[in-house]
Amino acid sequence: MLAVKSPIRVTVNGSDIETSASDLAALIVDMDFAGERVATAVNGEFVRKDARASLRLAPGDRIEILSARQGG
Amino acid sequence: MTVIDTPSSLASGLTFYGQPVSSRMLLGTALYPSPQVMADAVEASNCGIVTVSLRREAARGRMGERFLDLIKRLGVLVLPNTAGCRTARDAVTTAMMARELFGTDWIKLEVIANDDTLQPDLFGLVEAATILNAEGFKVFPYTTEDLGAADRLVAAGCKVLMPWGAPIGTGRGLANPYALKTMRNYFPDIPLVVDAGIGAPSHAAQAMEMGFDAILLNTAVAKAADPVRMARAFAGAIASGREAYEAGLMEMRDMAAPSTPVAGTPFFDLEPSAARPRQARGK
Repeated sequence: MLAVKSPIRVTVNGSDIETSASDLAALIVDMDFAGERVATAVNGEFVRKDARASLRLAPGDRIEILSARQGG
Repeated sequence: MTVIDTPSSLASGLTFYGQPVSSRMLLGTALYPSPQVMADAVEASNCGIVTVSLRREAARGRMGERFLDLIKRLGVLVLPNTAGCRTARDAVTTAMMARELFGTDWIKLEVIANDDTLQPDLFGLVEAATILNAEGFKVFPYTTEDLGAADRLVAAGCKVLMPWGAPIGTGRGLANPYALKTMRNYFPDIPLVVDAGIGAPSHAAQAMEMGFDAILLNTAVAKAADPVRMARAFAGAIASGREAYEAGLMEMRDMAAPSTPVAGTPFFDLEPSAARPRQARGK
């Protein structure tokens, strides 16, 4: 029998969303960021690209997905 | 060659963390009317380093991708910033994200203390710089002229300091030239970059004449009526200021001294009273 993961609520870039992704790498794919050069942090801590798949998401996590931008 | 070119010889010897730089001008990439104008201004300035940042990406927005592609085409070094961070922790996390995204361990470290002045939080700055230096970053701290904080930043491992000229975006020039001059004299061997508050090419030239190593600016170019021409104007001023510093400025003096030779002056042997019309003597 397949275990169906129930969705959890997390905050991505300041917006509350519901997701069935169990880890950060899956969330990146689900939100259509795959293939884009982004950097991530969860609950204020940097998460390296190669560590996203092992970062398990928990309800209430605050996730930042940032990309390059103009700066002074 | 025109006068507004930046001869490479003027930048010779300047290195940031061992990296030779081709120009003493660092240019921000924000606030331009369009990405193309920004690219043209960067090209016109001949600057070898541009500042960049990170911001939240929207799903399928691809803004970051487009910006990265544009920067890559410019062929310049990038100096990512931690703009907007108000705590050392946020700045450290942002720096780590920037290192992965831009592929550089350079970081312009900003920890902001106050929304009105955008002045650096010197306590948070030293705290973040200490952590980032230990993590292998090459930290360019945006700081004030405070020598105590500067000493701590150097002790933390910073090999470049970036004191403000005036608060970010004000264009007021060098608000405290005395303190900046003191800082220059206090750190003769550390590259010092005046960052923020520069509004006109004359401000940049003033800082360069004082012996600062480079200028970092953004708004004064981006918000000019013609950013490309203004970028060129700043490049010329920065190069001229450096040339003047290396040439050695004359000592300022209180009393006038004639520049035209005194010897051979006609009527020099006459008494002033005899040479001057009676009515001009006020009698």
